[in-house]
Amino acid sequence: MAEKVKVSIKVNGTVYEREVEPRLLLSDFIRHDLGLTGTHVGCEHGLCGACTVLVDGHSARSCTLFAVMVDGSEVTTVESLGTMDKMHPLQEAFQEKHALQCGFCTPGFLMTAVEYLQGNPNPTAEEAREAIDGNFCRCTGYENIVEAVQLAARKMASH
Amino acid sequence: MTESTISKSFKRNEDPRLLTGNSTYIDDIEIAGMLHVAIKRSDYAHARIIKIDVEEARKLPGVVAVYTAEDLGDYWRPGPLQVPPPTAIKGAKFNARPLECIAKHKIRFSGEPVAVVVAENRYIAEDALDLISLDIEQLPYIGDLEKALEPGAALVHEDLESNLAADVVQEVGSWEKAVSEADSVLKKRIVTNHVAGGAIENRGFVAQWDENLNILNCWATTQGPIPMRNSIARYLGLLENQVRLMNPAIGGGFGPKIMSSQIDDVIIPWIAIKLKRPIKWIEDRRENFLGTTSERDQIHYAEIAYKKDGTILGVKDVFYHNTGAYDPYGMTIPLNTQTHTISNYKIPNFYSQIKMVFTNQMVVTPVRGAGRSHGIFVMERLMDAVAKETGLDPVEIRRKNMLRAEDMPYRTGVIGQDFVENVLDSGDYPAALEKTFEAIEYEKFKQEIQPKLRAEGKHKGIGIVMFTEGTAVGPYEGAKVMVGVTGKVNVVCAYSNQGQGHYTTFAQIVANQLGVKVTDVNVVIGDSGQWQWGVGAFASRGITLVGTAIHQASVKVRVKALGIASKILSTPEEELELEDGVVRVADMPEKFVTLGDLAMQANPTRGTVEPGMEPGLEAAAYYGPPHGATGFGCLGMILDVDPETARVKIDRLVITDDCGTPVNPMIVDGQIHGGLQMGIGEAFYENLVYDEYGQLLTASFMDYLFPQASDMPAKFEIKHMVTPSPLNPLGIKGIGEAGAICVMPCFMQALEDALYENELSITQSFMSPSKLFHYVQSAKNA
Repeated sequence: MAEKVKVSIKVNGTVYEREVEPRLLLSDFIRHDLGLTGTHVGCEHGLCGACTVLVDGHSARSCTLFAVMVDGSEVTTVESLGTMDKMHPLQEAFQEKHALQCGFCTPGFLMTAVEYLQGNPNPTAEEAREAIDGNFCRCTGYENIVEAVQLAARKMASH
Repeated sequence: MTESTISKSFKRNEDPRLLTGNSTYIDDIEIAGMLHVAIKRSDYAHARIIKIDVEEARKLPGVVAVYTAEDLGDYWRPGPLQVPPPTAIKGAKFNARPLECIAKHKIRFSGEPVAVVVAENRYIAEDALDLISLDIEQLPYIGDLEKALEPGAALVHEDLESNLAADVVQEVGSWEKAVSEADSVLKKRIVTNHVAGGAIENRGFVAQWDENLNILNCWATTQGPIPMRNSIARYLGLLENQVRLMNPAIGGGFGPKIMSSQIDDVIIPWIAIKLKRPIKWIEDRRENFLGTTSERDQIHYAEIAYKKDGTILGVKDVFYHNTGAYDPYGMTIPLNTQTHTISNYKIPNFYSQIKMVFTNQMVVTPVRGAGRSHGIFVMERLMDAVAKETGLDPVEIRRKNMLRAEDMPYRTGVIGQDFVENVLDSGDYPAALEKTFEAIEYEKFKQEIQPKLRAEGKHKGIGIVMFTEGTAVGPYEGAKVMVGVTGKVNVVCAYSNQGQGHYTTFAQIVANQLGVKVTDVNVVIGDSGQWQWGVGAFASRGITLVGTAIHQASVKVRVKALGIASKILSTPEEELELEDGVVRVADMPEKFVTLGDLAMQANPTRGTVEPGMEPGLEAAAYYGPPHGATGFGCLGMILDVDPETARVKIDRLVITDDCGTPVNPMIVDGQIHGGLQMGIGEAFYENLVYDEYGQLLTASFMDYLFPQASDMPAKFEIKHMVTPSPLNPLGIKGIGEAGAICVMPCFMQALEDALYENELSITQSFMSPSKLFHYVQSAKNA
């Protein structure tokens, strides 16, 4: 077993100093070392997008990054968005448009969309569809997710 | 009268928790002292085991234990069949070969478990897998369904005479008579594709043995918590209520999560008891592809006898069904195929034979659609073939042969997966056809738009197909509805939720009777510690079976509440109403008693007990239908095809669906969307491919193409019809599989229409872009 390495990673505003194995996946670090289980793992080979988080503001697959690779970086997960009592407009839009069923892929979609909407706050349906094209969902057929991203854009514009 | 909460699109109760990362899925469960399991799976498809050497693995620091079948001793035994043999069908032959949780003497598919490693963490457990070596004698791989039955073929189960798992014939009327009266008989070899369930969450299992309480706590992603609980108890020799099985949040099911008696639920509890430590196993994606179950693989030799005018006289279908290495799920899939082959049409003579075949492939059990789509594909393709031969339009031939509203209820004479005759309970099938026909502007497309496009050298084609969706089969489900002293209501059932919205729809059914807010009903699903009777989530049966049980229980609670309130308020029951969480006098709303107070009153104190008293403002109910309720619909698609690149774009997709009373129309639409997505994936992208040695070549999302957002049409255009089922008080039918079962034949019909110059006759349910390209090229050269 390789020697453990010290890392300092800021997650959702809190700095965590930990000793980790070099091979520890960022997804496992977030989920099992920090207990932030909102980030989900669906394929562990970077395809499904369920594990999407933001690293220094950009969406990334946490299952294909090692925790040591983001030493000194800032990671943002679904837990940073809203709470059950006060959801983020994007989360409200997902509920209103029935853009989730089992909810397992949802955090990945939310993190993808939250980044996307910062760059394009008023997407057309086609643009919104393109934006979420890298995330897999088996339940919804995507149509309601496209609509939710657009609704979220409108909600966020009026905030 | 309280306003109805049925047929309204309430926002989902479960969403805030799911959206904020606050749900607990199986891999989110952490227990102090927990150990982690990784499973060694065979790289060989068919082999005799000589030795499994685990010594090196045992020595690895951090490894706590390694087990093979030998280590299990007498505990190792093939699991019970999950679905019994089809005794209801005369002459049916069925060779039961239930799952072996871990290979002992022989490996029967690539991916079959051969050893289990328990370690301090998952990383170490996976390291140890590489240190296990297998000494085996390789045997010939059996993968071709037809060759598997040839004399001299290697045997998957050597104690059987052949690889035939089952042989079932069902005949209604006389095929011979149909042939003798027909003007023509047309024959096709039709193949349906092999696909995965593909839930985004893989399976998982956590077990914790509480030695002091003598209770085994289990958490599982199962779609059938009670059957799994019972199976675990039986294996371990425990009483049923010594095993508490809980469903955490589940990230999609789609069929394969129904299975029990697999390695996880057999071995993990055994390890937890043996090591006295909590044990967790989480399946990874590769394992999910290799070792979980899959479906669809059938080869049909189908014939149709018809008159010159397009009247269908009979259908004969002899088909091979791949069951994989074992057949624990009985004949559910091929029986569904039989019932769904003729179910939209009046076919007086029908002969259908199932030849179920053992192969060296992963076990085949239901995936969303579960045999329905195959029957529909066969029949719809036959209709199209007859349309071509007789010169009738595809819509016309369907109109001519369809069952009518006045034929309902219609007894098909075919025994279904629930072992009773398939009876189509209700519906107006022709109306569904006309609705889609109008909405997609079929006539205008064919007569005005398409000729113009063809003149411009463009290739757009239209397809239109019918389907039935057999749902809501028995045996039964049950539930209990309990009003608490806060006035909020708790519902417990032993179903399983993988995203269907039951936390909301079940609450709506309770609210409808008890006059409480939908958000004030807490629904508990799949916790055997709270409710012990039920079967599980399959065959689109939750909303109908559990929903009806909840409705009946709610009616009982309502009666109980009115009875107690009548005494308290000194008012006859018929003058009372339930609304806003209280029972009040209808024309004196200030005179009321809250449900919470009634719940208090329903728990008698000293000296107040009357004979025959049953405490609690609560009631349980069970519902088992005489036969399933059948939904139906019509799908139309317009495809834009580029024959040079084989790029296919779905221009329009219109579906008319009738699932009886929709409890929550928003959720119904969501189910249709998801089903359609799977259907589109199945027609154009998804394909499980085994090589000539039985290696699965598509065991990752790199190779198994998953339908993505840009593969879908811009809009799923949904038209609704509502024919309440006469079988249950709310008139509900299921909706889970509708979208998934109808796309393939429609897609192929539209492809043929788009590529009219090539005169294609597509007889396979999967036409990937590359396959389509080659198909077009070879048709050109023919």
